[in-house]
Amino acid sequence: MADVALRKVVKRYDDVEAVRGIDLDIADHEFIVLVGPSGCGKSTTLRMIAGLEDISDGDIMIGGDIVNDVPPKDRDIAMVFQNYALYPHMTVAENMSFGLRLKHYPKAEIKARVTEAARLLDITDLIDRKPKQLSGGQRQRVAMGRAIVRNPKVFLFDEPLSNLDAKLRVQMRIEIKKVHQKVRTTTVYVTHDQVEAMTLADRVVVMNKGRIEQIGTPNELYHKPATRFVAGFIGSPAMNFIPCRLEDVGGTLQIRLTDRIAFPLPPARAARYNALPRTEKLLLGLRPEHLTESHAHFGPGVETFETVLDVTEPMGMETLVYFGLDGTPVCGRVDPNAGAKDGAPMRLAMDLNNMHLLNEETGVVL
Amino acid sequence: MSTLTIDKAGPTRKVKYGSMSRDRAWALRWSYFFLVLFALFSLTPPLYMLITSLKSSAEISAATNPWWVFHPTLSNYVELLTSNQFLRFFWNSAIVSIVVVIITMLISIPAAFALARMKFWGSATLATGVFLTYLIPDSLLFIPLFKMLAVVQDLTGITLLNRWYVLLFIYPTLTVPFCTWIMIGYFASIPKELDEAALIDGASWLQTLTRIFIPVALPGLIAATIFAFTVSWAQFLYPLVFTTSIDQLVLPVGITTTLIKGDVFNWGQIMTGALLGAAPPLIIYAFLMDYYIAGLTAGATKG
Repeated sequence: MADVALRKVVKRYDDVEAVRGIDLDIADHEFIVLVGPSGCGKSTTLRMIAGLEDISDGDIMIGGDIVNDVPPKDRDIAMVFQNYALYPHMTVAENMSFGLRLKHYPKAEIKARVTEAARLLDITDLIDRKPKQLSGGQRQRVAMGRAIVRNPKVFLFDEPLSNLDAKLRVQMRIEIKKVHQKVRTTTVYVTHDQVEAMTLADRVVVMNKGRIEQIGTPNELYHKPATRFVAGFIGSPAMNFIPCRLEDVGGTLQIRLTDRIAFPLPPARAARYNALPRTEKLLLGLRPEHLTESHAHFGPGVETFETVLDVTEPMGMETLVYFGLDGTPVCGRVDPNAGAKDGAPMRLAMDLNNMHLLNEETGVVL
Repeated sequence: MSTLTIDKAGPTRKVKYGSMSRDRAWALRWSYFFLVLFALFSLTPPLYMLITSLKSSAEISAATNPWWVFHPTLSNYVELLTSNQFLRFFWNSAIVSIVVVIITMLISIPAAFALARMKFWGSATLATGVFLTYLIPDSLLFIPLFKMLAVVQDLTGITLLNRWYVLLFIYPTLTVPFCTWIMIGYFASIPKELDEAALIDGASWLQTLTRIFIPVALPGLIAATIFAFTVSWAQFLYPLVFTTSIDQLVLPVGITTTLIKGDVFNWGQIMTGALLGAAPPLIIYAFLMDYYIAGLTAGATKG
């Protein structure tokens, strides 16, 4: 087990820069998730750590040693691929032991390790089967088993759950988390699914267009996003971005959303945003759960307004409501018993204690 | 509840075919029709050979129904199989074909692996070039090749012309390009992640080739083997040009050279020899087809 560090890592394909100078420190035992939309450079970054892609510039260190020119087999890493990449002509046991057999481990030790990994992953009964006799979830377990038996310094996962159906994905997500709790190997995990990122990671690295947007714990990213991209990417349904501006009315700082709707900011927020120029084009960032049905006993900082709902989506435990504010589509989450109906008027409450204010041009959260 | 009716007759009801299955039924009928036609067309010549091989020379030249054997005899078979000459041709053919298959595979497999997987400068052009080589007909090549070997013989004093083993150098010019091409296709169809996984597992290129690629691409390997064997076994022009002494001949040339004397055709033995000559490829096909299982890669990745 070891820590991993990336120093100004760049990957260029001819003229295109896929990864544009990444700095990242991954601590020993840590579970790091690289997340971002397709083409953001997350898989390339992972493949560079694995040694499957050369790096164009910068340094990659595993356990303190620079491994830029070290071939994959000597980096002491194990990788789990999206499409499993099991050897089709070998049994599960042979698949798992292939790496150990190449390194001429003693037979008894190979057997012990395979048995242990199979027990950990609950695939003991499948040990003599060929990959084609396994289901998708079982194949993914075998692929993980192949990684575990090697007892490597670092686990690399490249979108390992993307080929599974939704239900199995949730199940395997929990399995992966359990396995990591047991083996505690430093893990770098790539996914485009922000739920996977949030649920698995010690820290999440949000990437966009070859750069790191933000690194933080799932909670930090959710509650204190640094940019509009992170704010919009993490969380489902996504955060609302409503064009707004600040104005002073009778000595209090107000946020104006439409000609009709303006709210005084709660004191803490007012102090924070007071220095901003009033002319600046701003966006109010508000998560759907902070737009709820209105009722009598709200604390300070919660403001209510009347709107007409466009569409409602009953989800069972909650109902998502969609409406427009001067043409900007907005989503809220209300209680299923709040009586939200398509096309009906409704009084909603906005919790400004949890608001974010963004610069519309730069996308930076202020 | 009273409005609910259960169609108990369901399972026993006569199945109505939808337009999909009607289309399929017709497609099947047409394919059987053409398959039978094709089978008849390709089986008639061997049948004629078999009939002729069972006749005596007298019956062959008699004006009777050529599609029927009135006095069946195995004399043609006995004569050929007890003739040292014929057995010599057979032996030459067998040794040449087997060695050529081995040489071809030893060159084609690593070449195809390199061209399919090790992306080096010009590898794509080279792969196309390999295939283009195959498109040059052997009738264009035999004179330059002959000249080349003659020069080699003059310079080194090693006798190559008119020796059966010269064919071991000549045949691969036909088999290697095509087999390499086939194998490139098979290797290219193996998911990239498979060799990446092997690479991470610690396999060298050679180990990736021998322990992953060759077993996974076995159907392709068998197809290439069959091809190389058939080409070597049936090749006529090159052995006709490069070998002349009776004891150096391979089967196709041997049969025509020894069984056609001037304008006298020993049809019975020619047909028998051809039938016996067709046996080894047939046996090899039958044997290898069992291993020719498509979809061997199933289960490697998703799906």
